[in-house]
Amino acid sequence: MHSVLASNVPPGRLEEKWDNYKSRVKLVNPANKRNHTVLIVGTGLAGASAAATLAELGYQVKSFCIQDSPRRAHSIAAQGGINAAKNYPNDGDTIWRLFYDTIKGGDYRSREANVYRLAQVSNEIIDQCVAQGVPFAREYGGLLDNRSFGGAQVSRTFYARGQTGQQLLLGAYQAMSRQAAAGNVKMFSRREMLDLVLVDGHARGIVTRNLVTGEIERYSGDAVLLCTGGYGNVYYLSTNAKNSNVTAAWRCHRRGAYFANPCFTQIHPTCIPVSGDYQSKLTLMSESLRNDGRVWVPKNPGDERAPNQIPEHDRDYFLERRYPAFGNLVPRDVASRNAKYACDEGRGVGDTHLAVYLDFQNSIERLGRQRIEERYGNLFEMYERITGEDPYQVPMRIYPAVHYTMGGLWVDYELMTTIPGLFVLGEANFSDHGANRLGASALMQGLADGYFIIPYTLGNYLAGSKMAGVDPSGDAFSEAETESRSRIDRLLSVQGNKTVTEYHRELGSIMWDDVGMSRNEDGLKSAMGRIASLREEYWQNVLVPGDATYHNKYLEFAGRVADFLELAELMARDGLHRTESCGGHFREEYQTPDGEAVRNDDLMAYVAAWEFSQEEHGPRMHAEYLEFENVRLTTRSYK
Amino acid sequence: MSDRMTIHLSVWRQAGPESSGAFENYTVNDVNEHMSFLEVLDVLNETLIRKGELPVEFDHDCREGICGACGVVINGVAHGPQKRTASCQLHMRQFKDGDTIVVEPWRADAFPIIRDLVVDRSAFDRIIEAGGYVSVSTGNAPDANAVLVPKDDVDRAFDYASCIGCGACVAACPNASASLFTASKIGHLALLPQGDPERSHRVVAMVDQMQKEGFGDCSNHAECEAVCPKGISISSIALMRREYMKSLVSSGG
Ligand SMILES: Cc1cc2nc3c(=O)[nH]c(=O)nc-3n(C[C@H](O)[C@H](O)[C@H](O)COP(=O)(O)OP(=O)(O)OC[C@H]3O[C@@H](n4cnc5c(N)ncnc54)[C@H](O)[C@@H]3O)c2cc1C
Ligand code: FES
Repeated sequence: MHSVLASNVPPGRLEEKWDNYKSRVKLVNPANKRNHTVLIVGTGLAGASAAATLAELGYQVKSFCIQDSPRRAHSIAAQGGINAAKNYPNDGDTIWRLFYDTIKGGDYRSREANVYRLAQVSNEIIDQCVAQGVPFAREYGGLLDNRSFGGAQVSRTFYARGQTGQQLLLGAYQAMSRQAAAGNVKMFSRREMLDLVLVDGHARGIVTRNLVTGEIERYSGDAVLLCTGGYGNVYYLSTNAKNSNVTAAWRCHRRGAYFANPCFTQIHPTCIPVSGDYQSKLTLMSESLRNDGRVWVPKNPGDERAPNQIPEHDRDYFLERRYPAFGNLVPRDVASRNAKYACDEGRGVGDTHLAVYLDFQNSIERLGRQRIEERYGNLFEMYERITGEDPYQVPMRIYPAVHYTMGGLWVDYELMTTIPGLFVLGEANFSDHGANRLGASALMQGLADGYFIIPYTLGNYLAGSKMAGVDPSGDAFSEAETESRSRIDRLLSVQGNKTVTEYHRELGSIMWDDVGMSRNEDGLKSAMGRIASLREEYWQNVLVPGDATYHNKYLEFAGRVADFLELAELMARDGLHRTESCGGHFREEYQTPDGEAVRNDDLMAYVAAWEFSQEEHGPRMHAEYLEFENVRLTTRSYK
Repeated sequence: MSDRMTIHLSVWRQAGPESSGAFENYTVNDVNEHMSFLEVLDVLNETLIRKGELPVEFDHDCREGICGACGVVINGVAHGPQKRTASCQLHMRQFKDGDTIVVEPWRADAFPIIRDLVVDRSAFDRIIEAGGYVSVSTGNAPDANAVLVPKDDVDRAFDYASCIGCGACVAACPNASASLFTASKIGHLALLPQGDPERSHRVVAMVDQMQKEGFGDCSNHAECEAVCPKGISISSIALMRREYMKSLVSSGG
């Protein structure tokens, strides 16, 4: 049997919970804030916004990232936009509707109170970003422009050309830089967190590796905020940046933080297809393209004509056909699975037949090339650079790719893990997107967590705990440092026959085949076995070049792949235990005759939070039962 | 399927900031036109590792031309031969079978070499810290539509704001000036009403910091604009100069 986890959602009506919480929360007195050091790992939207805001409030912030500058965190690559319930277009949007769409889009596997709070603060995010100078798209009259995104029938997405993540991150980075200049943020770039340090059961420090010199360093503080992003790179090929990883989160998991819903992975429908085995990553084509692009394949398998030669009556606009209400704007999981089916039926296009068309011809005719260029110019350019084809002339070829991980470290309403003093923000936590995330909601969540939520919940924690000083030369730090060192030494000393990349690719193909878009019991069981043997082999046969005393990228990757090899097995285990299809988790055993997902709300309306264990019985599952007091669980229908 | 190419690489290898470096020659077979330039380096590195040699260190992350992490000089041109394209987005269809490609790090006093093709660009962070922001703390913002911004202004501001901070402008400039980088941030914020109140302080603080970091002066070579992967115009540098002059005049300096 499993134990039951409490989410610490405050009492009261859904609409009042956050306001009530804020009114009652304990506060740290202003003069005292500067006596608290907060360690923030990660400088994406979540980490940078938290660092800036906490420093503005007077906390002493130490901020860490892998890249050479905080501005390069993976959030920089987000293209399409950020949601908010402003209702500027007057098309009927409300906080309730954004909340409802997010809960429904997540296939009823997220916590009502968190999602409602997210929708509530969404509007303030836009205000804040505009005030920072984020150049969101505007109408000719000078007002902000909006567009629509998958899973919604209103236009609530704010965007900055196809570079929304870049502009939002630069806003947060600049706010953080202002605090660095004021001496309230100390920035540690090119650092990788390798372990969490607990003192008396509380998160009180981290161990990092200086990626330039190889030195192992210790930092102590009163709380640790993990803002380290998602773990999509467990699949090797994904749309994530090459440095995205699970190491920080996994190390915390091993220290006692539960890992929730690890199998909930988002496969994004619109990516540039794989072209060969040297491929190092996949490039996303923003989902916003589905606003004006139409997805189709030839009606008949084996139709090898060039796309422009295929007449209308020989085309199958399969999303419009199957889902007339939402058409090309169905949520990501639905769009991805349908593309896979089309290819499984032999109707895939391009050299590999693992692609479908995304066609802009009608929109170009309707709106003119200039309007399309304004909306998507940089995406079209990027596509052409990679494929050598001009999407104004020929339809794009797209295929699904791993993109986002809804799973992550379990946190309660205050964003705190099962380790007191360890908070998790942004994609690294499991919280708001349930089994599937809607487009333009990750940026919203990262900034909500960092700008508007953690300042209250961290204060409540710090004001409520007696903090004795900790000494980074103490035993807990020494032990963590020794462990980190010995892992690095072990990796370097194997000197086997296969490179880190070879192992990573092999792991990725197991994950894509059996823990990917469509899963079944046999596949998941076999994946667990194969992952475990691959992991064993890794530690016997990996070949890591050089040593640990200088900038050694492959040594960094080696540590991350070692952690992916552990996480992967937990993902398969979680997928196996979840005997239903919901959101990004599609179990072949649980579908309707026409291939739609079948949820099991009676048995599975809970969050599965796994506790690390090296005992025989394996990881232990704790359930957080989800209570839906405000929405009625229905079968998602986009027909 | 596309034809396979053989590519010769001459790569700068340097063990550390104090070490002297040198070019090493390598050959990579089985390159095809769909590969990115960084993927060729990946393939080379796999071979080196299997042979027990040290792989070439280079910075990279997004591989989508947006994070600004990558950046090498390719055949004498920062980011290589394709206009408006970062090194990671450069694809091998730009080269032909048998080509020799010379690969070097950014070279500038203000960007010390860390190892091989990796350089230290933290000077850019310090230029932003000097004033590349709007002083608005979280929670102090008015409604986002309270201030109207003409579309043309925001579009121009955006053109400047799209800088990815890669440093190609510095690498390309004969004086190793960081003017395009600095001016693009000044231009972005000066063109928006939100950036207006601090504009005169900002330009002076950022320009001073740029000089302190050891970047050279701009003497209008326009090499920076030519290599900028985002195509940022040197009109920003003219704007920065005007802002600087105005600021000196208004402060009586
Ligand atoms: C191509 C692409 C396009 C997207 N487009 C959109 C979009 O249009 N709208 C939307 O809402 N969402 C989008 N997303 C999703 C969204 O970008 C991410 O979910 C979000 O940016 C994650 O932000 P974050 O702050 O949680 O983490 P990240 O931005 O991933 O930042 C992680 C940070 O943690 C640091 N870090 C990680 N591990 C360690 C460690 N061990 N030690 C030290 N530092 C560490 C990294 O250096 C980095 O600074 C997109 C994602 C991708 C891949
Ligand atoms: S790797 Fe990000 S810009 Fe090239």
